[in-house]
Amino acid sequence: MNPPPQLSPSPMNPLLRIAGLHKSFASLEVLSGVDLDVARGEKVSIIGPSGSGKTTLLRCINYLEKPTSGHIYIDGNLIGEKQTNGGYVHLSDRELAKERQEIGFVFQRFNLFPHLTALGNVTIAPQKVLGLSKEEAERRGREMLEKVGLSHKINEYPERLSGGQQQRVAIARVLAMQPKLMLFDEATSALDPELIGEVLRVMRQLAEEGSTMVIVTHEIQFAGEVSDRVVFMDQGKIVEQGPPRDVLISPQQPRTRDFLKHLQDR
Amino acid sequence: MSQLPHIYAENIHRWLPELLHYALYTLHIAWAAFLLAVAIGLVFAILRTSRSQLLRTIASIYIEVARGLPIVVLLFIVYFAPPQYFPGLNWRWLNDYTGAVVGLGIHGGAILAEIFRSGIQALHKGQREAAIALGMTPAKAMAYIILPQALRIVLPPVTNYASGLLKDTALCSLIGVNELMNGAKSIAFAEYQPMAVFLLAAAIYFVMSYPLSIAARYMEIRMSHGR
Amino acid sequence: MHPVEVFLTKGGTYFAWIVQGLPETIKVAICAVLFALVFGLVVALVRMTRWRALRLPAVMYVEFFRGTPAFVQLFVIYFGLPDLGYQPSPFQAAIVGLGLNGAAYFSEIYRAGIESIHKGQMEAALTLGMTPIRAMRYIILPQAIRSMLPPITTVAILLLKDTALVFTVGIVEILALSRQLVTETLQSGVVYPMAGAIYLCMTIPMARLSARLERAKQAWQ
Repeated sequence: MNPPPQLSPSPMNPLLRIAGLHKSFASLEVLSGVDLDVARGEKVSIIGPSGSGKTTLLRCINYLEKPTSGHIYIDGNLIGEKQTNGGYVHLSDRELAKERQEIGFVFQRFNLFPHLTALGNVTIAPQKVLGLSKEEAERRGREMLEKVGLSHKINEYPERLSGGQQQRVAIARVLAMQPKLMLFDEATSALDPELIGEVLRVMRQLAEEGSTMVIVTHEIQFAGEVSDRVVFMDQGKIVEQGPPRDVLISPQQPRTRDFLKHLQDR
Repeated sequence: MSQLPHIYAENIHRWLPELLHYALYTLHIAWAAFLLAVAIGLVFAILRTSRSQLLRTIASIYIEVARGLPIVVLLFIVYFAPPQYFPGLNWRWLNDYTGAVVGLGIHGGAILAEIFRSGIQALHKGQREAAIALGMTPAKAMAYIILPQALRIVLPPVTNYASGLLKDTALCSLIGVNELMNGAKSIAFAEYQPMAVFLLAAAIYFVMSYPLSIAARYMEIRMSHGR
Repeated sequence: MHPVEVFLTKGGTYFAWIVQGLPETIKVAICAVLFALVFGLVVALVRMTRWRALRLPAVMYVEFFRGTPAFVQLFVIYFGLPDLGYQPSPFQAAIVGLGLNGAAYFSEIYRAGIESIHKGQMEAALTLGMTPIRAMRYIILPQAIRSMLPPITTVAILLLKDTALVFTVGIVEILALSRQLVTETLQSGVVYPMAGAIYLCMTIPMARLSARLERAKQAWQ
């Protein structure tokens, strides 16, 4: 099957294009044909019930999961696959490494490296992947850690940091790579309620600074405040999308209404 | 038994230095075998987790065989068989000492391969994902993120293995190596004092291997607190 | 003649010779394991008593027999006991030597197994009205035994492999016959691997059984 025509990188074209994405795990189809464009500087939140495929969609974007069919474009370039005679074949993790440098991914469970300090966590990729010198990497690292409000913790190991602090280090770690696109996979779901705020504050700041963000979240209010567009997914498909005012306040689709009502009742 | 203190009082000033001299050979062999075992263990741990079914099978076969054989039999095979199977090659390097090191190393390599493998697999999948999401190749992820952590995890069982290795060197006496066991044998039979001499040798083995086994136990406890 | 040729022509004869040692190997292994299982239990119980005067020797026994080579222990018993007036038969020395070694490991397995069962289990059983003995029998021991089976199998395999040592005290088992054969034929390259294969036929299935027991234990925990 031929992918849609290539787009040339330009400010007018979407930074992220997802085209016809399907993903099945064994016999279970988790994504049933998703198309999504995200413009440069746009903030898109994805909401929906568990099992709707939103996390899988996010993980497909940087090929932590390999789509069963469909294509992903970053800045007009097809990523994750290469053309062979007759079709397309997925790239290996080694080949994907270069493409992943431009996509930042924040995990639900932080996944900080326990054997490195906060500063170590933030500088290891700039040093070993981008090839920055130790001084440059540390300069950038300190800057990012200050940005997320953790200058006083740069030499602490993850086990001594609270959940909220760990997640902020994880965000700083991603920022240090200066990615074009940032993906947040339920970044606050694993946090105690009183720690959620500090992480949302950082995410809000990034949004205001113009980062391109795709945020999978349960925090509906936050999604409404920060996003340009809210996407509601259910059973592997996009059911409805639009400005927060439309989707969250006056949703068109019955399933969207049910989901939001269900959340309010809790 | 009550004579033992007298026996030792009379002879220990002769026996002990001689036995300690042999014990040095024991340490020598154990150290060399340990290094060899670590090298072999790393190689086969990696093979065991490779994506190729063939490599995985080869590694499993080696590990099962090397662990399933009695060490004595393995030593005999390593020491006697190769020159018979490949008479053309130069076997001058294969003497009792090197045969012992290679035999113990092959056995230890299988044990360590399993230890290394479960150490690497014990790490949360998320660590590897976080590393590759940052743009690291699998190789870099292994070198900077997985292996450093795995090293910490495997240290207690590896230390335990080392403690066992020191005791296993006693078996090398059966292919003629002049280490502590053989030394004890010659003194014991020359002077008709088997009980006293062998007990003394046992004590020396104990002093050599016990600190390692205590260290392993201590590390194990400290690590489980860190969780 | 090249070993491969020897194997193809005389292999059968050699095998028939050394496999005669198999019954003796199995006999020594089983007796040593049984001795170790029972004595290990005794030691474990002694270690749980109230009297320090009993506990201390038990601890010393365990540390000594785990901290020294089985080979040396064997020689102490076979060559050393006569100094105290008793000459054990090769079989007795093998059973006791390997058995005492194994018992030290088993006693630790017993101890860990019992202690690993959560205190809450005993408390729950008692609150249901069971006597401590009933609780032990129906609640604690069944769980403890299931968790101890994998390490027990592992030590049993170790004792089986240790039987390869007992030729040094005169027992005619697999390795003893192998060495005899090698002295006569000089075909060490064929005979020893063959002996090794016989051992593998026993140890590999046991190791796989142990792995399966371990997996079952993980699933059940």
